[in-house]
Amino acid sequence: MMSPVIRSATISVLVENEAGVLARVVGLFSGRGYNIDSLTVAPVDDNGHRSRINIVTSGTDMVIEQIKAQLDRLVPVYKVADLTLGGPHIAREMALIKVVGIGESRAEALRLADAFRARVVDATTESFVFEMTGSSDKLDAFTALMRPLGLAEVSRTGVAALARGTTII
Amino acid sequence: MSQTLPAPEPVETQQAGAEVLLRALKEQGVEVIFGYPGGAVLPIYDAIFQQNAIRHILVRHEQAAVHAAEGYARSTGRVGCVLVTSGPGATNAVTGLLDALMDSIPLVCLTGQVPTHLIGNDAFQEADTTGITRPATKHNYLVKRPEDLARVVHEAFYVARSGRPGPVVIDLPKDILIGKAPYMSAPTVEHRSYRPQTEPDRVAIARAVALLKSAKRPVIYSGGGVINAGPAAGAAMTALVRKMGYPITNTLMGLGAYPSNDPQFLGMLGMHGTYEANLVMHGCDVMLNIGARFDDRVTGRLNAFSPNSKKIHIDIDPSSINKNVPVDIAIVGDAGRAIAMLAEAWDADPTEVDRPAIAAWWKQIAEWRGIDCLKFTQTQVAGGIIKPQYAIQRLYDITRELGRETFITTEVGQHQMWAAQYFRFDKPNHWMTSGGLGTMGYGLPAAMGVQIAHPDALVIDIAGEASILMNIQEMSTLCQYRLPVKVFILNNQYMGMVRQWQELLHGGRYSESYTDALPDFVKLADAFGGTGLRATSVDQLDDVIREMIASPRAVIADICVDQKENCFPMIPSGAPHNQMILGTEHGDNIADAGAAKLTDAGMALV
Repeated sequence: MMSPVIRSATISVLVENEAGVLARVVGLFSGRGYNIDSLTVAPVDDNGHRSRINIVTSGTDMVIEQIKAQLDRLVPVYKVADLTLGGPHIAREMALIKVVGIGESRAEALRLADAFRARVVDATTESFVFEMTGSSDKLDAFTALMRPLGLAEVSRTGVAALARGTTII
Repeated sequence: MSQTLPAPEPVETQQAGAEVLLRALKEQGVEVIFGYPGGAVLPIYDAIFQQNAIRHILVRHEQAAVHAAEGYARSTGRVGCVLVTSGPGATNAVTGLLDALMDSIPLVCLTGQVPTHLIGNDAFQEADTTGITRPATKHNYLVKRPEDLARVVHEAFYVARSGRPGPVVIDLPKDILIGKAPYMSAPTVEHRSYRPQTEPDRVAIARAVALLKSAKRPVIYSGGGVINAGPAAGAAMTALVRKMGYPITNTLMGLGAYPSNDPQFLGMLGMHGTYEANLVMHGCDVMLNIGARFDDRVTGRLNAFSPNSKKIHIDIDPSSINKNVPVDIAIVGDAGRAIAMLAEAWDADPTEVDRPAIAAWWKQIAEWRGIDCLKFTQTQVAGGIIKPQYAIQRLYDITRELGRETFITTEVGQHQMWAAQYFRFDKPNHWMTSGGLGTMGYGLPAAMGVQIAHPDALVIDIAGEASILMNIQEMSTLCQYRLPVKVFILNNQYMGMVRQWQELLHGGRYSESYTDALPDFVKLADAFGGTGLRATSVDQLDDVIREMIASPRAVIADICVDQKENCFPMIPSGAPHNQMILGTEHGDNIADAGAAKLTDAGMALV
């Protein structure tokens, strides 16, 4: 029987790139009470006919199966893949993180950014904007560290994800 | 992808968008449109005026147009077609669209829209129709380019009828209807992304047959999916179930798929289902669900639903499987195909069924049947008050005796449940009721759609006096087109089901459920140009029913019934199948099933 434990799932959806398709997907989640922890969408083929939507959601196995089935029956959906269940995958996002401060906290922010392999993409005498790419956990850890050092603003892209190896959805 | 579609015609021979639209509808086999004109759709009405192939039925409210198309679709198995204007025309249609979505009825609804250059400007009679109808339709389209028009119409019909059927909206800006557009025939290639699975998995079918053959206490539970799969699917299911010798129950949506006078038929199951059907569901060891969706009206409390059974679920919609009830064998596919394959696999599997166990199961069922859960007492004294159950029973007996092809629609409430319990259906597509959405006001327009499709048949809307007032304006449509629909009102002056819940769950505080100033339905029928009849006592009932049926006109028969009658058996919200409330006729007879307890958790459910 299916597990009642709530798990996280990264789901990729290949859709026809037409007006309203994102609203259909998002409306499905809000209308049926599912969670969206992260969502990204962009065209992914040359002629712009298809877009890929990556959704990070959470729920019991029964709910996640239901989410996939509901997505799959939308008319403009080509394919739904559960990357979390489908085997090893990479899921990464990018964040821009603004830290405002002077003196020792500013120097400490820069040292930590270096340790986390964040790039400085903007700097003033009183601020840095770091760019960082990686797993959501890593981005969470870094922003938590920046909080006492003058964290002012964060902008994150949401997760882009692919299966490892030769597998495609 | 576009190169695989038929080539559009050259510019010089192109017609106006409205004409292209009608041509595409004709190619899709549309013979009737239910609609209501308005500014944004005037070009379509102009094109309709200039042709004879497609008949337009002018309703009196857009909601009724959609229900009429539902009645048409459900009684014929074809795609219903609706035409409404922009703004309020479209928003009035929304209830009907959601009704069709929840009951899986194939429709295409054309909505007018302001010209493309005005979209988003809060123009007169503008509404974000695709936005509003997105969660109320299977799919919707806004046609923004003339070259998409014909393709979108063909695609909409494909989507409406394929897989699990449903309503599709095409939003048509006025400039698209007026300007030239190229025609394109229906594509013969597969749809780009929407390809529902209809062919069941053979291995799963074989596993299902093995499980069914090993059953000691089996049940077949079938729903609207078998109706949607066509009359042949119902006939094949009937043959299979007879061969198995197992009991069968139908959902509200599935009535008629299996002949209800057959000894293997247990009646409807669920909240107001029969005692025997619900106890069989509760006590079975193998359940075969064909085309039903474990709706909350059927399952009662989920964690107590059929606790000791292995479950097989056949559904064309994968999202219906494991949604409410986890199942052991899932079979995705068309019910008709699945039934045919089950029958084949049943014959091919040499295992014998456990006849002694099945005989013992039937013996148990006979005991439950012995309770006679639908029993009621009707006085035959002249001047005696009519029991609503008796009114339906007489209606059934008399229509059966007359032998005319009879279609029944209903509104929503007590009368609907009594109709489901006491009118017996032998054929699919002859019973039209709003199951999922529970739309009061459904029955009269639905009956209108049925009568259009079957001009010579007897079409009866079994109604309540509250529901009928929600779309009573359609009496005017009936009279315009001389549609002899019969409206059979069980008039108890209460919103009966609301009153029943208030009596059982809210301490008898009948808050706003009594209608103090009902119209005189006899005069009302007369005012619309129909015939009004009334029965106030049991001795008048048969005469009124016979006169109603014999009339060549639309009739409202106002049957004044016992105001205090409740609809039983009843599984209160939050209770399991083996805890039913039986009627007062049964005294203490509920003891062996455990008296239903009304819980706080159940109170919160609808």
